[in-house]
Amino acid sequence: MSFKSEFNKGIINENPAFRMLLGMCPTLAISLAISNGIGMGLAATFVLVGSNVIISALRKVTPGRIRIPIFIVVIATFVTTVDLIMAAFLPDLHEVLGIFIPLIVVNCIIFARAEAFASQRGIIDSLADGLGMGIGWTLALCGLSAIRELLGTGTLLAIPDFGFAGIRIFSQGLAAVMAILPPGGFITLGLLIGLLNLITNRRKTKRQQV
Amino acid sequence: MESGKLIVSSSPHQFTAISTPIIMSDVLFALMPACFAGVWFFGLRALGMIAACVGSAVVTEALLQKLCGKPITVSDYSAAVTGLLLALVVPPDLPIWVGVFGSVFSISIAKFTFGGLGHNIFNPALIGRAFLLASWPVFMTKWRWPIQEAPWMPGFDAVTTATPLVLMKHFNVKVPYNMLFFGKVAGTIGETSAIAILLGAAYLMYRGHIGIRIPFSFIGTVVVITALFGQDPLFHVLTGGLLLGAFFMATDYVTSPVTPKGKVAYGIGCGVLVALIRLYGGYPEGVCYAILIMNAATALIERYTLPRKFGEVKKLA
Repeated sequence: MSFKSEFNKGIINENPAFRMLLGMCPTLAISLAISNGIGMGLAATFVLVGSNVIISALRKVTPGRIRIPIFIVVIATFVTTVDLIMAAFLPDLHEVLGIFIPLIVVNCIIFARAEAFASQRGIIDSLADGLGMGIGWTLALCGLSAIRELLGTGTLLAIPDFGFAGIRIFSQGLAAVMAILPPGGFITLGLLIGLLNLITNRRKTKRQQV
Repeated sequence: MESGKLIVSSSPHQFTAISTPIIMSDVLFALMPACFAGVWFFGLRALGMIAACVGSAVVTEALLQKLCGKPITVSDYSAAVTGLLLALVVPPDLPIWVGVFGSVFSISIAKFTFGGLGHNIFNPALIGRAFLLASWPVFMTKWRWPIQEAPWMPGFDAVTTATPLVLMKHFNVKVPYNMLFFGKVAGTIGETSAIAILLGAAYLMYRGHIGIRIPFSFIGTVVVITALFGQDPLFHVLTGGLLLGAFFMATDYVTSPVTPKGKVAYGIGCGVLVALIRLYGGYPEGVCYAILIMNAATALIERYTLPRKFGEVKKLA
């Protein structure tokens, strides 16, 4: 497998949020605004790439029986780095994402990639895999957050850290508050997954007919 | 025995002519008094809301079925019933577009994504109401006294005010029974007039579409609990959405248990939840959530109240 195909699979075909349904807890909890989605996605991407590379590099000296604690130590190192950097430079975002940044340590996406991929493959492949999965998750979060932010608040792209209140599409009074409440998250995610499945199924049947 | 002519088929072996369109059109007919009362008390705006909700529900169902290549079944009136019930449980001054959103949500999310009529776990109209209450709480809690009638504020055409339940819970004002009975009070379009709802319910019972188990155990439980807690049970029966909910929402075939014992358990559960929410909850009214919560428990109730099969012997412990 080439770098490109390892990278590409994370974007759509094996997208962590929409296809493998991994990392649902942060996906549902923080997808309230696009800035949250980008922040969370990039933080996870950084951790994924870092941990994938290190775990792949250490795979030959990692004893199989204690591999999970070793993964945790590696992942936790990167998570702590991200957590502190974010607290220093993006305090508002750090406040919003709150516990979900430290919880990246036990995020299923990162564990799944470490266990199923990085611990068995070369460094370059693992780098591509981490990058693809991370960006795939970031895109999924952005899509989900964009819908919820627009419907729930009437604005898009509000970034509290830069003092930007976002582009107002319609007035606050008209916004459906439920979109930024937990049920809105579940419903939007479910509809997006359904839509994606519908599109891929249609494509598949078309390809078979050809 | 004439061998070869024996027809072997699985049950049910008895058929009746009662079908979904007949039941649903009877429900529509039974809701007419409540609609009429709503329009009488809240003006033509209420009629507009009813038309918009029914229309958008039917159009949504037809569009979704067409898009997904399913047979179009709007002629069974079930979508119209959902739209009508939703219109009856929203405040009269709700912007029409909000009602349309609720109707679309009811049909598309609460009914269609579960597989259509007969497969939905929750009552679609109530899900629509819960969705609207969560999404546009400001619009959904703006109540108005019926036109011309606001006893403590003469000289105004319309008075924005609280529902009788809110008045009692927070201001200790008790609206007289006769106003509650005829429906000259603030409330949703269809819930205010007790007599109109009872008329419709009596028709449905006469036609045999709803039994007495669910509504009576529901209302009875509310009466018993509110009386035990020193409240006025009659007031609690006549106010809010209790009558409309007990006769038209809780009895929905799809979302309520089919077993006789289960129906009673379900009604009691609804009643306990309504009484608890009204007496101790943050909301003044709890019929909508009570029924939705019991909808979720329906499968469980049926499982524990399965009647014994003919000839089945009780298991020895």
